[in-house]
Amino acid sequence: MAQVTFDTIGKTYPNGFEALKPTSFGIEPGEFAVLVGPSGCGKSTLLRMVAGLEEITSGELSIAGRVVNDVDPADRDIAMVFQNYALYPHMTVRRNIGYGLKNRGTSKQEIAAKVDEAASLLNLRDYLDRKPSQLSGGQRQRVAMGRAIVRDPALFLFDEPLSNLDAKLRNQMRIEIKALQRRLGVTSIYVTHDQVEAMTMADRIIVMNEGRIEQIGTPSEVYHSPATEFVASFMGAPPMNLMPAELDGGQVRLFGATIGETTHTGDVRAGVRPEDFLPDPEGTLMMNVEIIEELGAHRLLHGTLGDTSVTVQVNNENGAGVGPIKLSIKPGAACLFDRKSGQRL
Amino acid sequence: MKRAGFDTLSLPVLLLLPQLVIIAVFFYWPTIVALQSSFYLQDPFGFGSTFVGLQNYADLFSSREYRKIAWFTVTFSILVTFFSLAIALVLAVKADKVLRGAKTYRTLLMWVYAVAPPVAGFIAVIMFNQSWGPLTEFFGLFGHTYMVGVNFNDTAFAMILASVWKQVPVNFIFFLSGLQSIPRSVREAAMIDNRSATSRFWDVTFPLLAPTGFFLLIINITYSLFDTFGIVDTVVKGEPGNNPMTLVYKVYVDGFRGNDLGGSSAQSVILMVLVLALTIFQFRLIERRIHYT
Repeated sequence: MAQVTFDTIGKTYPNGFEALKPTSFGIEPGEFAVLVGPSGCGKSTLLRMVAGLEEITSGELSIAGRVVNDVDPADRDIAMVFQNYALYPHMTVRRNIGYGLKNRGTSKQEIAAKVDEAASLLNLRDYLDRKPSQLSGGQRQRVAMGRAIVRDPALFLFDEPLSNLDAKLRNQMRIEIKALQRRLGVTSIYVTHDQVEAMTMADRIIVMNEGRIEQIGTPSEVYHSPATEFVASFMGAPPMNLMPAELDGGQVRLFGATIGETTHTGDVRAGVRPEDFLPDPEGTLMMNVEIIEELGAHRLLHGTLGDTSVTVQVNNENGAGVGPIKLSIKPGAACLFDRKSGQRL
Repeated sequence: MKRAGFDTLSLPVLLLLPQLVIIAVFFYWPTIVALQSSFYLQDPFGFGSTFVGLQNYADLFSSREYRKIAWFTVTFSILVTFFSLAIALVLAVKADKVLRGAKTYRTLLMWVYAVAPPVAGFIAVIMFNQSWGPLTEFFGLFGHTYMVGVNFNDTAFAMILASVWKQVPVNFIFFLSGLQSIPRSVREAAMIDNRSATSRFWDVTFPLLAPTGFFLLIINITYSLFDTFGIVDTVVKGEPGNNPMTLVYKVYVDGFRGNDLGGSSAQSVILMVLVLALTIFQFRLIERRIHYT
């Protein structure tokens, strides 16, 4: 188990493009940290800098207390799982898993024992003598995992490892990876653009956008108290509804209803999660439902509130028809953002 | 899925006819004629021919000169193939790492590809010119009097040098594209698994280049056996004497200089069998084993 410390780490390419603005944070020993953000936000760059595949242009990176800026990738005591598995196509599963050990001078018996152990852990024992081309996507992903765990590294790095798998397999592997990480207790950094993966797997989520860290927090913190409008709209499916709100003295009003208080001056927007709207005959918010999505356990109502498009989630006893519906907001559920900066108030 | 097809036989035959005619006229017909004339002894002045059965073949196999030329051809092919592949691979691996000016560098290396074999041979002749060739002068520095066309080894070396030089760019292009088709993540995974760049090359990069390498191996063997004719011709100036020559060149010398059409035909039949064997070897044996996906 190792702690990873980012001290004003930044990345600027020779052409002047700043892929990662200098940033500092730490990842605790044994923690499962998920870097999430839209494509091009710098999350993969950050991961590759940890792996040593991308040069760090400013700041200091330490793994387990050792500064590794100039350490060769092979000497950083890390293992990485790639998006397209990156298995060696000409080697059998056994040799794929054992390759990293062989180059570290491990004895043959020890390699055989460790490969066997990793293979049993991942249900790969029957496939050890096959080539990667004879395996399914899920099995290849397991081999890539095996290659990572067999070396018993201080840090696991995952670069969107599940995005090449189909939806069902993805859900299954998500649980397997998480369970494996729990069991081994190895500090992990996991990159994904899928907010569901981030929410379900992470101990802590690091939300990134345009080379910047928007928020670091537990899934619950990120979901319920997003630090910025970006986090509010990126995390959660469907995303948080962002609506213009008015300030009246210290009172915040949303379409006439009072939803909170603030000392802030200037334009504000209110964010409300779809499930934080309640169908309420006494409610003061009048939503015009246009489309209903039936999801079995609950329904999603799409429509307008004032002239803002909103999505509301109700249980399957409510909102069966299109047309007007009266809503109220769960007390304390609304978040307020500064209109200009997008920061939470 | 239903496959589209023709209702009648005549249309597909008609569409294939031009191709079939070309193959028949330029390949099957000459092959049959060569096979036939290899069993005859032709009169040098074209007054007729006598059926001699396998005598032409028997003569070839018992000829010390033929065996010597066959032996030289094998040595020549191995050396040309090995060096043109090895040099091209080194250049490709280095070029793959070049970041600045990569395009210019690659274009410059590829230019040689545009040189025709006889011109390559001619350049070799100039480089090894008896009185002022720069390479002759270079060898002179070591006290060796370089004599192309007189000394067997000197002539052979000039031929091999020109042939290798001519073939390196083709191999280079293929190796470079082969290297660039190796997924970046596989190389990166290897960087994490293995510190030594040299052992990474032999463990990961080289095996992944094997399909390209094998394809080039066949191309290069064929090249050194057949396409070096122009280079051999320019270097020995059509006056073989004691000079080294390849089997293909001997076909020409015996048939068109020596007017021994029967013996020459028998030689080309032997070469045909050789090519056939090479092709079968390529498709049946190895290609199946070296592909990964």
